[in-house]
Amino acid sequence: MNSEGASLGTASAKTAVVYADDYLNKLTGEKIERECKLLLEEGCTELVVDLSRTEIVNSIGVSILLGVIDTASNAGARVIFSEVNETTVELFDMLGVTRHADILDRAA
Amino acid sequence: MPHDKSLNIEDLQYANLTESAESRSKLVHTFGALAELGHEVASRSNFQDTIRTSLHLILGSLGIMRGGVARYSRFEHEFNMLAVRGLGESFPLSLELCYEDERQFLTNGLAPIEVAQAAVLPFFQVYDRTFSASRLELFVPLVIHEETVGAIFLGEKATGLPFSSYDREIICAMGRHIGSAIAQRNLLAEIERRSEENRRLYDDLRMTYSDTVKAFAAAIDFKDKYTEGHSVRVGKYSEIIASELGWNADEVEGAAVAGYLHDVGKLTVERKIINAPYRINAKESAELNKHPSVGFEILSPIHHPYTDVPLAAKYHHERIDGRGYPDGLYDRQIPYIAKVVNLADSFDAMTTDRPYRRRRPPHEVFDDLHRNSGRQFAPELVTAFMRGMLKELQGESKEKRFRKLLGREYMEAEGLASSLRNILNSMTPTSPLTRISVGQAHG
Ligand SMILES: [Fe+2]
Repeated sequence: MNSEGASLGTASAKTAVVYADDYLNKLTGEKIERECKLLLEEGCTELVVDLSRTEIVNSIGVSILLGVIDTASNAGARVIFSEVNETTVELFDMLGVTRHADILDRAA
Repeated sequence: MPHDKSLNIEDLQYANLTESAESRSKLVHTFGALAELGHEVASRSNFQDTIRTSLHLILGSLGIMRGGVARYSRFEHEFNMLAVRGLGESFPLSLELCYEDERQFLTNGLAPIEVAQAAVLPFFQVYDRTFSASRLELFVPLVIHEETVGAIFLGEKATGLPFSSYDREIICAMGRHIGSAIAQRNLLAEIERRSEENRRLYDDLRMTYSDTVKAFAAAIDFKDKYTEGHSVRVGKYSEIIASELGWNADEVEGAAVAGYLHDVGKLTVERKIINAPYRINAKESAELNKHPSVGFEILSPIHHPYTDVPLAAKYHHERIDGRGYPDGLYDRQIPYIAKVVNLADSFDAMTTDRPYRRRRPPHEVFDDLHRNSGRQFAPELVTAFMRGMLKELQGESKEKRFRKLLGREYMEAEGLASSLRNILNSMTPTSPLTRISVGQAHG
């Protein structure tokens, strides 16, 4: 996983992108939470989680992403998922994930 | 654990598959989580990781924002948190229960309890503020085989909707898996504790046995005022020989016990014969010579854990050339432990003062052992014994076992080490040729 600054969203927002991978679906996926925590501490107000390399998100993945959302909302930041496939969008809608985070390029 | 940890029919029934309102993909997602949970619990991975993974699976399968898994300590009457997510820094690491709570949870079983509606229970009164600060909605006591082993704490669903009956069934099924994992872990800890306890009990027994043996040895030696400490020394020499032979700890201890008790039959021999300050006559000798067989009679009914102590007592006066007593056995007919004790016994007899003579000087003693190798003694026992002494003389062994038994002066006799080396060299065959010459010398 890596992260980089990017200009998305509003001009005043400080945005960072984090890339998830298949490890998201295992205990090792918790490292994405730590990465996000660091970015939030650095003052990031918008977290983009890129799921282009994530074929499917399982329950562990969902739990970890909900953790990211929770941490971000406690820090007053918002979470955007990008490059999410249709199955995952459906899942996120069904589980209420999309009530707490936006999905970029919803048609992907 | 007889409890089935993999995904089973029961779980499917619990999850109430027929509830048609739920979409197919939701079922696929949830059952994926259940299957994975079953797999995780059945795997032998680290317990903490299993619990953390389980918490992820339960939260992620139903889209629950926060939660925790705790293990119940029966002795402390408290839940100890094993994994938490999103409950906040101030959520306690352990939560106390009272008797009433315990009783209620047991009757309740695995069914999720609505936190908001459980205020009648002391537990929810005590932790009311904590639970509402962490926005907890459900509490699931993990009751496995009528025992509370832990609990699951769950926050709100990401959808903002209340938990459906379908959700509750899923939570219940998952709770059973997590509860089994904890129960299994508890059982393992219990087994470890018991085996530790068992080991301690065994050590105690072992010490009791060893104390009894030593007390017996002291009683035997007490009867013979001229050979004070003889049995104890024979025990220690036997121990040295056994350890030089590379025997394991139990066998070495067995050899020591055989040495301690070898003369137990003397307890029945008249004191005046044992203590005679002269060489005893034939009749007295016959009486004294019964002591190995009497010793066998005394020791036979007792179970000795490490070696055949009764046989050691019976045959410790046999010689490998067949000229010993009571049965005149030859080399291989004599139990090995009896040969060990015989050497230890003879060595102590030669190196201590007797009523009719003084102890013999070391060179003479070792020449005697050498000369009688293959006659009275098994040669490999003689070399093992001498090797042990040489090691000590050369400072190779930390323990000064011989010095404690023989005294410093005796051990410092001039040229002792070099004559031991010479004897050992002549007794240790280095080529087939020397082996033949040793054989001829003894033939
Ligand atoms: Fe004897």
